[in-house]
Amino acid sequence: MKNILEVKNLNMEYRTLEGNVKAIQDVSFSIPLNSSFGLVGESGCGKTSVAMSLLQLQADNAEIISGNIIYDGKDIVSLNEEELRKVRWFGISIVFQGAMNAWNPVIKIGEQIREAIREHYPNNTKKDNTDTIQDLFKLVGLDSSNIDRYPHELSGGMKQRAVIALALSCKPKLIIADEPTTALDVVIQDQILKEIRKIQNDLGLSLLYISHDIAVIAEMTDYMGVMYAGRIVEKGPTKEIFANPRHSYTKALLESTPSIVGDKVKLNSLDGEPPSLMGKIDGCSFAPRCPNRNTTCNPEEKMELIEVSPEHFVDICSANR
Amino acid sequence: MKRNVIEIENLKTYFDVSKGFLRGGKDVVKAVDDISFEIAQGKSLGLVGQSGCGKTTTARSITMLEEKTDGNIKFFDQSQNKMTSIDDLSEDQIKNFRRNVQMIFQDPYEAMNPRWTIKDTILEPLIIHNIGTDKEQEEAVIEILKTVGLTPPENYLSRYPHELSGGQRQRVAIARALIMKPKFVICDEPTSMLDVSIRISIMDLMVSLAKDLNVSYLYITHDLAVARYMCDRIAVMYNGKIVELAETEELLKNPIHPYTKRLISSIPVPDPTYERKVYEITKQDLEEIENLSNNKDDLYEIGNKHFVSTHKIKGLL
Repeated sequence: MKNILEVKNLNMEYRTLEGNVKAIQDVSFSIPLNSSFGLVGESGCGKTSVAMSLLQLQADNAEIISGNIIYDGKDIVSLNEEELRKVRWFGISIVFQGAMNAWNPVIKIGEQIREAIREHYPNNTKKDNTDTIQDLFKLVGLDSSNIDRYPHELSGGMKQRAVIALALSCKPKLIIADEPTTALDVVIQDQILKEIRKIQNDLGLSLLYISHDIAVIAEMTDYMGVMYAGRIVEKGPTKEIFANPRHSYTKALLESTPSIVGDKVKLNSLDGEPPSLMGKIDGCSFAPRCPNRNTTCNPEEKMELIEVSPEHFVDICSANR
Repeated sequence: MKRNVIEIENLKTYFDVSKGFLRGGKDVVKAVDDISFEIAQGKSLGLVGQSGCGKTTTARSITMLEEKTDGNIKFFDQSQNKMTSIDDLSEDQIKNFRRNVQMIFQDPYEAMNPRWTIKDTILEPLIIHNIGTDKEQEEAVIEILKTVGLTPPENYLSRYPHELSGGQRQRVAIARALIMKPKFVICDEPTSMLDVSIRISIMDLMVSLAKDLNVSYLYITHDLAVARYMCDRIAVMYNGKIVELAETEELLKNPIHPYTKRLISSIPVPDPTYERKVYEITKQDLEEIENLSNNKDDLYEIGNKHFVSTHKIKGLL
């Protein structure tokens, strides 16, 4: 199968006054063409840092230490600004977390989308662009009357739909959705998820879906990676991971998520907090919180991913268990 | 049968949104429109619904942070050993009411003064209500920190909110609410800002505290899966009205109102093999519900303490 994106051994650090924060450590994953990949983990685990580095939009104090991000045969890490502009929007576009609040309040929604299209297709006529925007709005389920509205005239769900329209405006091949429904209530969330899935199918897009909610990942993705403290600790086909979770952290996430179907079960909490990512990190960073830690554990052991079943990879300590 | 802690009768809270007398007409938003429920001692009721359905306004009306337009809120008054309407309370009694009814808010980052230590934060209600000597107050703070699982308490007393994680902050917020030994606590989405792994420990803490301290909860959330874990009964709200109210498992297994069915079917299921089908509300379903009863004033009981509204509700189709 052909991959639209391959991330290989990516390492990224934030330089701060107190020291370097190892936000992404040795992260590798690939997204097959026309499929969706989910990244799940708790706040601060590095999900958004991965998304930002894919588009080279990371903060000024971030530095990619090593690794490759291969999109369409090119390594994004080594591209210059001009080449990057072509990858952004045309190749990969992103729906940010809380993006619905990122609209400029004094410019009409349609005008803001038009601006993006004009920037990337300077030869289009005004009429072309208007048609494009109308098509986009139809695609995301918005009435075309909203083109001439200001952001405050739209509800949260409508603004988020418009953000998705914006992300689709230059016909990208891969969409990164970073917690696109976190600020929305369940009914609206459900509509947006359905819309994203439909668009992905209709347009044959690939999707990188980032969320802290493992239930949403279950519904949205074909493949998934579980992130903890800057590393992917388990990855593979979503169905396989839900059926046979191997890493203690994955199990903990599954056991702590309430569900509305089936019998009411006792949920388990995970005590403690993620470790600081500052300074030297060796071995298993989950060890202090791991409920399955035993005497055969060696927290100093260098972690790497081992294939335990086809396409299903897990940290070496859990693979041997 | 346990005694009720709070009884809400036909509560209405309307907001005036008229655009001034020259524009003509009087416009009101019926944020809470004729709702009734009661909560027994040590029990919890989940108030579930979409953003803007009136959940928070209900909470604010009960705590008198918002002036109700009409209806009655009755609270069990220990000194008189009977239910008393909050409209009839004297100033002293209102103070007593405020001691017994506490709130825990959604965002633990914004609910605390960043320049106050944890000790000051938890101590404040004791000082306001003038309870105990300095020494007794400090002991109470240490005791409550232990209760909410912040141990050893000495490590937390002189810290500031920014030094704590989200989960720890929410524990401080719970400690601050419980130090008054309230009878009734209103929780407005207290876990929605927390990570899943921490969320369960906070929910477990609240459930066990309810048992130990005999506290009743009104638990506000938009997530039915969370409400299922926390609450004995659930009331589903839409457009200012309660559309359905039943014991938690009864409501989830046997939903009657089309909106409840819709809400339940919108919740993502943490199982990739589960084929979730979203329930689409039809005109026929709504008419069926409306024809259940002619009495539109009260919720209609279909048996099993399972109540449903037969009102015509706008905007559902």
